[in-house]
Amino acid sequence: MSSRLGGLLPALPALLLLFFFFLFPVVRMLGYSVEGGSFEWYAKALGQGLYLQVFWNTFEIALFVTVICLLLGYPLGFLLATTTPGWATLGFIFVLLPLWTSVLVRTYAWMVLLGRNGVFNRLLMQGGVIADPLPLLNNFNGVLIGMVHVLLPYMVLPIYGAVRRVDPALVSAAQGLGASNARIFRRVYLPLTLPGIFAGAVIVFVLSLGFYITPALLGGGRVIMLAVMIEQEVHQTLNWPFAAALSASLLVVTLAVYAAAQRFTRAGADT
Amino acid sequence: MSRRALVVACAVIYFFLMLPLLVVFPISLSSAAYMQFPPPGLSWQWYERYLDDPQWIDATIRSLYVGAATAILALALGVPLAFSLVRGRFPGRWLLDRIALAPLIVPTIILSISVYGLFAKLKLIGEWYGLVIAHTVLALPFVVLVMAAGLRDFDRALEQAAEGLGASRLRTLFRVTLPLLRPNLVSAALLAFISSFDELVVALFLAGPNMTLPKKMFDNILMEIDPTIAAVSVMQILLVSVVLVLIGRFGRGLSGSAR
Repeated sequence: MSSRLGGLLPALPALLLLFFFFLFPVVRMLGYSVEGGSFEWYAKALGQGLYLQVFWNTFEIALFVTVICLLLGYPLGFLLATTTPGWATLGFIFVLLPLWTSVLVRTYAWMVLLGRNGVFNRLLMQGGVIADPLPLLNNFNGVLIGMVHVLLPYMVLPIYGAVRRVDPALVSAAQGLGASNARIFRRVYLPLTLPGIFAGAVIVFVLSLGFYITPALLGGGRVIMLAVMIEQEVHQTLNWPFAAALSASLLVVTLAVYAAAQRFTRAGADT
Repeated sequence: MSRRALVVACAVIYFFLMLPLLVVFPISLSSAAYMQFPPPGLSWQWYERYLDDPQWIDATIRSLYVGAATAILALALGVPLAFSLVRGRFPGRWLLDRIALAPLIVPTIILSISVYGLFAKLKLIGEWYGLVIAHTVLALPFVVLVMAAGLRDFDRALEQAAEGLGASRLRTLFRVTLPLLRPNLVSAALLAFISSFDELVVALFLAGPNMTLPKKMFDNILMEIDPTIAAVSVMQILLVSVVLVLIGRFGRGLSGSAR
């Protein structure tokens, strides 16, 4: 027994760090939400229309972002997995470069592009396409565009992996039997890459729920997501119990989505 | 859908992905004081303004050493942790696995305010090492993922050979195992560095008056959008490109873990 536990020894320093600076502070903070043994802050968070609206906004945006990422990410992942190695390397660079570029840099760039006097509106107006600037920033559209840009690579990578695992012999067989491209996609690729789609969708959805930088900057104070509201409660209102109740709700939802996804994947793997 | 339609669709999607990275280049070289596109003329003034402003330079230097310290600490803690996770045979290993990757799943805003609450009590707000500790928590999962991928593919016959020839376990570790894992170590270190160098949300709470580069950028974006930010952005994009090239050249373990 002691020799088996010896394998745990190298993990000890990291575990201490995670305990004292991750688990303990999070539990301590969440504890504020039930201070005095009452659930009034949860009642406020989940019972008042204003705050319920923020929960709904957050879900709605996360859902939109996930669907758009899927629609854009599938073709990209598919192409990367089925092209020649040379093109795939180049293609990967252009997926990873944005992924590792600071979210702040990219968000700033979108402000430059989408603003009232931004690049898009100027070009469209100079071209005579529109007379008045389009509202692309400080609203739902802006947040959506910025978040899709940040999260798209997280969708592309698992889909790429799933398409790579499809046995080319299956595709050849389908072709040999006279199936059209559309049919091969629907009957071979789609069912076989479903786990990859699912994995990507879960990652994107879960990350969307806790997003802060993009909604804070591109939402212009009009699109309030949960993380933005938590930040305001701590920094501006100094209402720790309420911030803690909101955090607990966000955490529960995040972990629930994640756990459900894991269970679903495992059930799929068993069959 | 034909192959050509797929390629065209992907070209459009790539345009969308690269557009924000490309647009900051011309704007950073603009001679105009406010946003104008295309720029009316070229100048280096925004780069000069960045280099001449002690606040920007301070923030940059702070981000560099916080990033470096984070990379060192994350490796020092994460590499042994990865060894435990891959090679250890003890009860509750699955739980350890979950805990090690939890900082990736728990929203950063929750970690930030939690650590902020604790550090405010401990008077650690504004201390650079407080930031390093919090950034290490966030960087640890990257190190664990990259190192675990390398360890799983590792040929243990090489270690057995070294030990069979009389090398001690420690000598085997430092002369055989770690050198062979060097590409993973390089990737892990660079990823940990970049994750800290770019990190904003934790810094927003813990940095106090001592700006990091992302926090300084955030404040500037909120107050005035002038092309200095574009110049800073260009330099960040170039830095990340260099790091990615280094990972491609000397690193391993990211694409390995995706496969």
